[in-house]
Amino acid sequence: MSDNPNDPVPFRPYVPDTQPLNDTPSYGSTHKRHPTQKLIRLPHTITETTGPRFSADKYGAIMDLSTAVGGQAIGERIIVHGTITDEDGRPVPHTMVEIWQANATGRYNHPGDTHDAPLDPHFFGKGRVYTDENGYYKFITIKPGAYPWGNHYNAWRPNHIHYSYFGPGFASRLITQMYFPGDPLLELDPIYQCIPDLAARERLVSKFDISITEPNWALGYRFDVVLRGRGATPMETN
Amino acid sequence: MSATPTTGSQTIGPYWHLLEEPEWADLTRFGATGELITLTGTIRDGDGALVTDACVEIWQASPPASDVFQGWGRARTDTDGRFSFRTLKPGPVPGRGNALQAPHIAITILARGILIAIHTRAYFAGEKQNELDPLLTMIEEPARRSTLIAEPTTPGVWNLDIRLQGEGETVFLDI
Ligand SMILES: [Fe+2]
Repeated sequence: MSDNPNDPVPFRPYVPDTQPLNDTPSYGSTHKRHPTQKLIRLPHTITETTGPRFSADKYGAIMDLSTAVGGQAIGERIIVHGTITDEDGRPVPHTMVEIWQANATGRYNHPGDTHDAPLDPHFFGKGRVYTDENGYYKFITIKPGAYPWGNHYNAWRPNHIHYSYFGPGFASRLITQMYFPGDPLLELDPIYQCIPDLAARERLVSKFDISITEPNWALGYRFDVVLRGRGATPMETN
Repeated sequence: MSATPTTGSQTIGPYWHLLEEPEWADLTRFGATGELITLTGTIRDGDGALVTDACVEIWQASPPASDVFQGWGRARTDTDGRFSFRTLKPGPVPGRGNALQAPHIAITILARGILIAIHTRAYFAGEKQNELDPLLTMIEEPARRSTLIAEPTTPGVWNLDIRLQGEGETVFLDI
């Protein structure tokens, strides 16, 4: 393959041990769902380096999950904010963030969730926000409850919020979960523990943030997210 | 500038449908015109069982994105393990170097039990450029290569069945 100056700049490979393996035996649902053949490494083309663009005019923002159908959700109201940057610290501006979560009792507003905990008529658990030009985002919700699952005896998921990010290209797509500081279930959770590198794992835990906490109203948490950077570091392009 | 690695991936889980907007499976919904096609298929696990809770996303760089064609869509697998998209048939797009890539649609598979996105592609049976496509030509075994090639069923409908693991396992990509 000869070089072409018009070739798109690829996204950078993931740093070893900072991402989970799909073959993670402690998480039972992976057993029959992980590929066993070697993945084919595909040098990035425009199919991987470009991606969809979303905007609030087509896909309206849902910034406050804490009220629905004219009433306030039960639970501890929280504000979550942070920045989305790439691996070199550059903001990822105007990118869509999708959010979903259980209610304060640990129950999803989803027909598949059979956990014996009450639904909340004032909580749907779905949000959608966009970063500003500095990669900053913020939304309001209630703290989700922990819930049991069938992975092993007495298995409970730690409190968590699910997120979906797009970033600038098809290959920068990221799905993750945000956790809360001091949760004793983290140590026991095979999904959280699937990320080998401790520092990378701990970055999934939000930080309590008094600076965004609103007096007499809501606690604040900070969750900063990093999406893939481009293959060439700034040094190399200079 | 100090570099921070990409945030770790976690499974999309069984409750991602809270996000679902069923119309997102129709990429032509804003009035796109061109060769309309349906891209459909089933997803099966290592036991051959249908995967009925997956989130399947597609992206295509051709035709180029516009106000009426975003090039991206999302669909669930239904109780028959089947996903289905309405889109425009892509044309060839540049590869690296001076290569040309055969028409293809990039596919992301997310589900409970999948901790980091699984990627593959759908090519189209009978396309002349398939024989020169940089990815397809990298795969020596014809049976493996065929896991990336959608077959026509009825006019305008292309089917690609995906096997996550085991016999007939789909070729997946490290991007
Ligand atoms: Fe969850």
